[in-house]
Amino acid sequence: MSKFKKKTGTSQNIPTSALPDIIFMLLFFFMVTTVLREQEILVEQKIPQATQLQKLEKKTLISYLYIGKPKNTGMFGTEPRVQANDVLINTKDIVLWVNQEKDKLSEAERDMITISMKVDRDVKMGPISDVQFELREADARRILYAAVGKVQN
Amino acid sequence: MARKKGRLTQEVNAGSMADIAFLLLIFFLVTTTIASDKGILNILPPKQDPNQPPPEVLLNERNIFNILVNANDQLLVEGEYLDNTEKLSEDLKDFILNFGAPDEEAVALYNSLPASLRNKAKRDPASSDHPMSGGAVVSIKTNRGTSYERYLEVLDQVKRAYFEIYAERVGLTADQYRALTGRTPAERELQDRGKEGIPMAISIAEPDKIGGN
Repeated sequence: MSKFKKKTGTSQNIPTSALPDIIFMLLFFFMVTTVLREQEILVEQKIPQATQLQKLEKKTLISYLYIGKPKNTGMFGTEPRVQANDVLINTKDIVLWVNQEKDKLSEAERDMITISMKVDRDVKMGPISDVQFELREADARRILYAAVGKVQN
Repeated sequence: MARKKGRLTQEVNAGSMADIAFLLLIFFLVTTTIASDKGILNILPPKQDPNQPPPEVLLNERNIFNILVNANDQLLVEGEYLDNTEKLSEDLKDFILNFGAPDEEAVALYNSLPASLRNKAKRDPASSDHPMSGGAVVSIKTNRGTSYERYLEVLDQVKRAYFEIYAERVGLTADQYRALTGRTPAERELQDRGKEGIPMAISIAEPDKIGGN
């Protein structure tokens, strides 16, 4: 008699009854973390990397400016442009835009407005400094250079 | 007569539940963009009044750490050409904690530092006097043609030097210190204790016109 005879009688099925529960758990995680994109980004966005990232406390205080080369180069040209909300704006309209954004906040919070600059890594410093000059004019001086984490060596 | 149907099982067929859940899961996986509001915080200087010339700030050359980045993304740090930014934060820490000519307050600050930071003080008369306000300033100057990526890389290293000093003062790692939100009084106290007396003096000069548009 061989010692390695096949065990019979035991069922070889993996119980799959808990599978829906596992999948639902994953599903809820993604549902909760999902932010559906409410606006279309019209400029290229390859966010640069950095190590010393900080997270901001109150998200309501953040307004976003997207800077980069337009995706639709036929219509908007190849020079870097500024996108606020869902339109491309000229640099000199930034003051107006900042004031609109400030009006959305309560009086006490107005000075705490933070502009998150999501800048494409191929943009040069020229356009950025123009934008920063306008932001200084508009007295929105807290700036967050958006960046993604880099593994430190 | 009205007796229970004993034999028939009353379960709903749940076999396809997993498939439905999978379908939804895949939908949310595809549409998810995990929101990341992370970045490098910077406070711009106040608006210039055209009628008033900017106040003359007189600083000795030894108290300024000059970082120049040209339109080709080359670095000139304190008059020396640098290939990469790897050593920059170490140089900066040496500069900030030099204590070349400390006044009374700065001596008190020096004595409050942990020993590991005190060892950094080289007392070099050609470097910064003290890290308090008006003491050590880091100046970053770019061209209009400098790439944003390079600028951020340099700013990142400057921030790193400061955060590492702050973190070491309160006995945390730099990552832990940066993760402090200041939401609870205990965290705020840690933050303030790290920063106390050593302000982040980063001056970002207006880029000059060469090599850009």
